[in-house]
Amino acid sequence: MFAKINKAPKIKRPHVLLFQRKMLSIPYVLFLLLFVIGPILIIVLYAFTDQNMNLSFDALVNFFTTPSKLNVLWVSLFVALQTTLICLLIGYPLAYFLADKRINKNIVLITLFIAPMWINFVLRTWATRDLLSWMGIDGGSYPYLATLIGMVQNYLPFVILPLYTTFLKLDRSQIEAAADLGANPRQVFVKSILPQSVPGIVSATLMTFMPTMSSYVISDVFSEGKITLFGNFINLEFNNKLWNDGSLMALIMLILIGISMFLTRNTSKENAKGANL
Amino acid sequence: MKKSFPLRKVIGQSYIWIVLLLMYLPILLLVFYSFSNTTLIGGRYVFSFNLYSDLFQNKAIMVAIGNTLLIAIISAAVATLLGTLGAIGVFYSKSKFKKIINFATQIPIVNAEIVIAFSLTVMFVFLGTYIFKDDIFGFWTLIIGHVSLSLPFVYISVRPKLQQMDPSLYEAAIDLGATPRQALTKITVPEIAPGVFSGFLLSITLSLDDFIITSFTRGAGLLNGDSEIETLSTFIQAAIKKKNIPPEMRALTTFIFIAVIVAVIAVTIYRSRHSNVKKIRKGRD
Repeated sequence: MFAKINKAPKIKRPHVLLFQRKMLSIPYVLFLLLFVIGPILIIVLYAFTDQNMNLSFDALVNFFTTPSKLNVLWVSLFVALQTTLICLLIGYPLAYFLADKRINKNIVLITLFIAPMWINFVLRTWATRDLLSWMGIDGGSYPYLATLIGMVQNYLPFVILPLYTTFLKLDRSQIEAAADLGANPRQVFVKSILPQSVPGIVSATLMTFMPTMSSYVISDVFSEGKITLFGNFINLEFNNKLWNDGSLMALIMLILIGISMFLTRNTSKENAKGANL
Repeated sequence: MKKSFPLRKVIGQSYIWIVLLLMYLPILLLVFYSFSNTTLIGGRYVFSFNLYSDLFQNKAIMVAIGNTLLIAIISAAVATLLGTLGAIGVFYSKSKFKKIINFATQIPIVNAEIVIAFSLTVMFVFLGTYIFKDDIFGFWTLIIGHVSLSLPFVYISVRPKLQQMDPSLYEAAIDLGATPRQALTKITVPEIAPGVFSGFLLSITLSLDDFIITSFTRGAGLLNGDSEIETLSTFIQAAIKKKNIPPEMRALTTFIFIAVIVAVIAVTIYRSRHSNVKKIRKGRD
């Protein structure tokens, strides 16, 4: 009893304080519940019900038995894969040069590579489309090529930034040591630079692959509606107010994103372990 | 090794500048053609400022700009307030709760914008059909959409500032007789201010740039009155669809381009000052 009374003044004040500060998170948590978790639960509900709110697998069956819908999935994966590869091919050496102090000492340059993201996205898309059609690569005659160029143009900054941050942390003494010990430039790249830059490559891929799959403005504008990606399809369901089918598509996209996050989480962990060894 | 060094520098530098030029080429072309009144890019170049005077007389564009700015400021203010309070509150909560909220915060960050937009829309449709018995799409649904996009970014820019903060400062203020509210506004808020500010700026740019969420969650309202809210993004998208982009949009591009260049300069100055301060501090240590 006495011990408790003696302790009381010590505990009481911080306890009240903690309680007060914790309370500040209530609006934030409510917002997350209502407008982040809520909508996800709603699309799960809509994906497995029909228009009268009865349990139904129509949307699911519909998706996997309609060849045109499955086709959208494959086309999206293919376009996303190509965009990511081209962005990496252009962005990888670029980020390397930008981070190498012997080549570039100008810190304005990296900001200039990110700055296009501050220009309105639709305006940028329109500008690139205008340039392409002026050059003769319009969506009418070359829908695929135009879409690919548009995608690369848009997602390149997202590849450059994570790669640049990785290259800044590059262990240059290891590279020099490899060269001094007789490794040729190719061996230096494969055995030292490439393994060190894996985390950058992984996050660059994450920043391009899924956004490309789910984008719809770029493919819509550049291909003039000729190429339908996953994002275009969800937009189509929105326009036609097909909430059940659309919810299933959105859910599939969400699951794909979840899987990619899960897989890359493991890769980066393994990579971190490898670096420790 | 050393002999090939200048060549490497030349190759590296030229590669950087070529890619940079290619990235800016579309915008530069629009800026170049904003000083000519030809309707089509590639047409005969006649120097004129006509597009600039046309721009300010185009009521639809002016309304769209007004809406875009209003939405950006309102949604960023709401997101900054909620996100900052949320980050403070969660930071002082139990670690299990913290983990759950941090995970939930990651969802909108990794989620595709179209999934966020579609799921919010379905929820608004659901609420409209079963609870409000009315079409609820309007200004507030749009603001909710924009806030849900930028809120997690405010949260993650404030969180590291809280982690860097010296916890004894707050305790000291309390011990010296400050009320928790005073300690919060006089100690915590100034300490995390840089994070709050960058969260606010990020929210503004996310909102200005947004198209998908706007086009899904908007309804009638704002400067459009009884018709559907048009922002710059939805206005340009509709114009592209109709294949009828008013040439004075090129003049607007010039202004946006100048704003971006100013931002680049500001960031550069801020960064160099920041690193100078660090150097001075290091020197003192």
